[in-house]
Amino acid sequence: MVALTALLAAVLGGPSGTIEINAVSQVAPPHPGSPAGSANPPSRFVVVLDAAHGGDDAGGRLNSQAEKDFTLALSVKLRSRLAARGIQVVTTRESDAAVDLNRRAEMANHANAQACLSLHGTESGSGVHLFVSNMAPIQQARFAAWKTAQAAWVTRSLALAGTLNSALLQAGMSVTLGRTALPAVDSMTCPAVAVEIAPERDAGKKLVAELDNPGYQARVAEALAAALLEWHTDVWRVTEVHQP
Amino acid sequence: MIPRYQTILFSVLVLASVVMGVALWNTLDRAHQRLLSSDESAPTQAPEVAPAEQATIMAASDADGSLLAQAQSLPLPSDPGARARAVLGKLLDLYAAADAAHPVAGGANSIEQVFLLPAQNLEGRNGEAKMNGTGQSSPSNDAAATGDEMAVVNLTGAFVAGHPSGIETETLTVMSICGTLHANLPRVTQVRFLVDGQPRATLAGHVDLTRTYLTAEAAPKP
Repeated sequence: MVALTALLAAVLGGPSGTIEINAVSQVAPPHPGSPAGSANPPSRFVVVLDAAHGGDDAGGRLNSQAEKDFTLALSVKLRSRLAARGIQVVTTRESDAAVDLNRRAEMANHANAQACLSLHGTESGSGVHLFVSNMAPIQQARFAAWKTAQAAWVTRSLALAGTLNSALLQAGMSVTLGRTALPAVDSMTCPAVAVEIAPERDAGKKLVAELDNPGYQARVAEALAAALLEWHTDVWRVTEVHQP
Repeated sequence: MIPRYQTILFSVLVLASVVMGVALWNTLDRAHQRLLSSDESAPTQAPEVAPAEQATIMAASDADGSLLAQAQSLPLPSDPGARARAVLGKLLDLYAAADAAHPVAGGANSIEQVFLLPAQNLEGRNGEAKMNGTGQSSPSNDAAATGDEMAVVNLTGAFVAGHPSGIETETLTVMSICGTLHANLPRVTQVRFLVDGQPRATLAGHVDLTRTYLTAEAAPKP
């Protein structure tokens, strides 16, 4: 009975049993990427690239490499393509360094970005998996709970996932859309999508390209860069419509 | 003539032999009593086998990232907690099979316990948990009134350690557990997870295991 009580206490009284109110102060000037679609134009277009894992956290074991190495390589490829298109990029890591999940969300939130991509790799499934937080959308409040700050941005995140989906399909890739709960993404105050890359397979599930295939990585990075450029255009279009 | 010291030594040895004999006798007697008492606690009736019933298993498929309802016949105990453990055990047995569409090692033994508690009052989602003045979730009122329940699923550390890493595969495991519980125990509307009796941050490096999941998220869309 004591053990049972301890178990139940661990569930109900654990760190997540309560809602943290270490508020994310969302007092930055609103911009078109904001959940309310404010009319104030963004001073700059910023994309946050979060290469998942790093340091001691190797992530999953992919074909010939650790997930942390794959995500870093993809982040570097994508960053260079975005920079070539004049898009400002903030990355959560540039080397094999351990970065805490809360720190990743802090970096994204401080960047006041119009798009945040959390990059992952997996051996299961095929093509590209796009995940948005499965929290229900809520109105933006002055203060948001840290663990659920993304709730006010879910609608914009779904729109961003739609833009990414279109670009990836146009590039001839198979895409799976889903909703999930990821600690870092759920604390981000920007349109945020987790992008998980799986090996490319044909209709018969036969392997076409492994994750370590440079050509496959380049095609994914190119499609994501094209999608973010399209998102950039959408953001400015919204701004112009709302301006007097 | 026997020396006096030898007489004393002999007497002491005889006395010690008697004391040790008594002690041995008592020890044997206690051991015998212990054996008899364990006989009494031994099962005298064969365990009752629950009748086989139809259960709905929401099985995941990695190929298309979907959950598919499967009808399975299996013995289901009447106790809701044991029933929940039985259906989840069947789900994980499917995942442990050689040709599984969502391969995860471990099988039925990966579920240590399932506890059923009154559901917590959440407004819509975790993110909108009703707060009281101290920032704590307010106690359940509406949920308790409707009889909704929260299932606390205690997984083994071995299952979690052997789970493939990836957002999609981890999400499918969590959603299929939630969906299977709701399909067979409709009053279960919320699910939380423990690993070896302790809260754990993620399942295998990605999906959040600290939050309360709503089973409605895993229900098949019309």
